[in-house]
Amino acid sequence: MHEMSVALSIIEAVDEKARLEGAGRISEIELVVGRLAGIDAESLKFCFSAAARDSLAEHAVLAVREREGQGLCTACGSSFPLAFHIAECPVCRSFSVRIVSGDEFFIQSITIEEKE
Amino acid sequence: MCDTCGCGPGSEAVLRRPGNGTGHAHDLHADGMHHHHHHHDHDHRSRDPRERKIGMEQDVLHSNNLLAERNRGYFEARHILALNFLSSPGSGKTSLLEKTIPLLKAIVPVAVIEGDQQTTNDADRIDALGVPVIQVNTGTGCHLDAGMINRAVRELPLQDNSLLCIENVGNLVCPAMFDLGEALKVVIISVTEGDDKPLKYPYMFHEADVCILNKTDLLPHVEFDAARCRENAMRVSHGLEWFEVSVKTGEGLDAWQAWLEKQLGKR
Ligand SMILES: Nc1nc2c(ncn2[C@@H]2O[C@H](COP(=O)(O)OP(=O)(O)OP(=O)(O)O)[C@@H](O)[C@H]2O)c(=O)[nH]1
Ligand SMILES: [Mg+2]
Ligand SMILES: [Zn+2]
Ligand SMILES: [Zn+2]
Ligand SMILES: [Zn+2]
Repeated sequence: MHEMSVALSIIEAVDEKARLEGAGRISEIELVVGRLAGIDAESLKFCFSAAARDSLAEHAVLAVREREGQGLCTACGSSFPLAFHIAECPVCRSFSVRIVSGDEFFIQSITIEEKE
Repeated sequence: MCDTCGCGPGSEAVLRRPGNGTGHAHDLHADGMHHHHHHHDHDHRSRDPRERKIGMEQDVLHSNNLLAERNRGYFEARHILALNFLSSPGSGKTSLLEKTIPLLKAIVPVAVIEGDQQTTNDADRIDALGVPVIQVNTGTGCHLDAGMINRAVRELPLQDNSLLCIENVGNLVCPAMFDLGEALKVVIISVTEGDDKPLKYPYMFHEADVCILNKTDLLPHVEFDAARCRENAMRVSHGLEWFEVSVKTGEGLDAWQAWLEKQLGKR
């Protein structure tokens, strides 16, 4: 996946926010990554330290909260776990499945240390 | 550097216009896209830091999405139909544009943005058709983003009520994540690839509005089940428009052309 430029977008966003808040550094970044978001959490962590260089997040811990996929069949109303974008309703075999959750990808919070 | 596609940090996109016979391209100014390098002093770290947690709840692609919406608003206001063409390297994006544009430009003004890591080869091919084109070279970046489109659009003489074709960097992975502000995503796959490609890249096919199966002239020579490929694609994205074409022989292109003209009528 495109984890490097995604990592850079994260760093840019948290760095900006932390500066507005008067932070000296960022100690933790909490991310929510759905299993259907098309992001590989492992490679994201791998890219992260390179992306964070020379930013307030240089030594930050990246905490990734993964979220399971959940589908809803619009034909019969069943809801069920989804591991993949290929959604076939296990009850009625319909393909009209809506992804209810699991495609989220956002920065939940940052923990900052204020400047002296 | 990213293992998957080799993209790396610090890459700056360069905009180019096809050279005038000299073979070299003219670099356009690259303001507004530079990455900020924040320098800070590591010695001033507090011994007794006051830690504070701040909620953000911000989409990671927030800034790209905001810019994409600005692009989209601009296109809609001017009745410009913007299409984002996506595929693996070599599936036939540029070839399809070379065949489609000469027929379309009789009906509607057409402009093109070409995305490639290096070279202006694709822009030169489009330039030969006599329509305005800008090449965006992404360097080590493996996809176009909304900011690059925003810049490229300012360099293009776009007309109201026109068609803008954006050829993304050949890659089925991350271009799916980056909204450019297009009206529709068109994904192209060729019969020399696997018919399970939609299952291998579900994210891309899920995001796509149109899928074009290209190089059907080669079907007798390869093991590729077009019906199965279509079925796989439909499983990932049920509203998908499906076309089977050979850009080489022209087979199937009339249906695609007719569909495009219908979309142009809807603007
Ligand atoms: N046999 C056959 N070859 C085709 C067809 N369409 C394109 N090609 C060939 O496929 C090769 C790649 O085509 P391009 O149009 O450059 O592909 P692309 O998707 O623009 O490639 P990148 O921009 O590098 O990602 C060229 O050699 C084309 O001649 C087709 O319908 N049949
Ligand atoms: Mg091309
Ligand atoms: Zn990458
Ligand atoms: Zn069902
Ligand atoms: Zn990319």
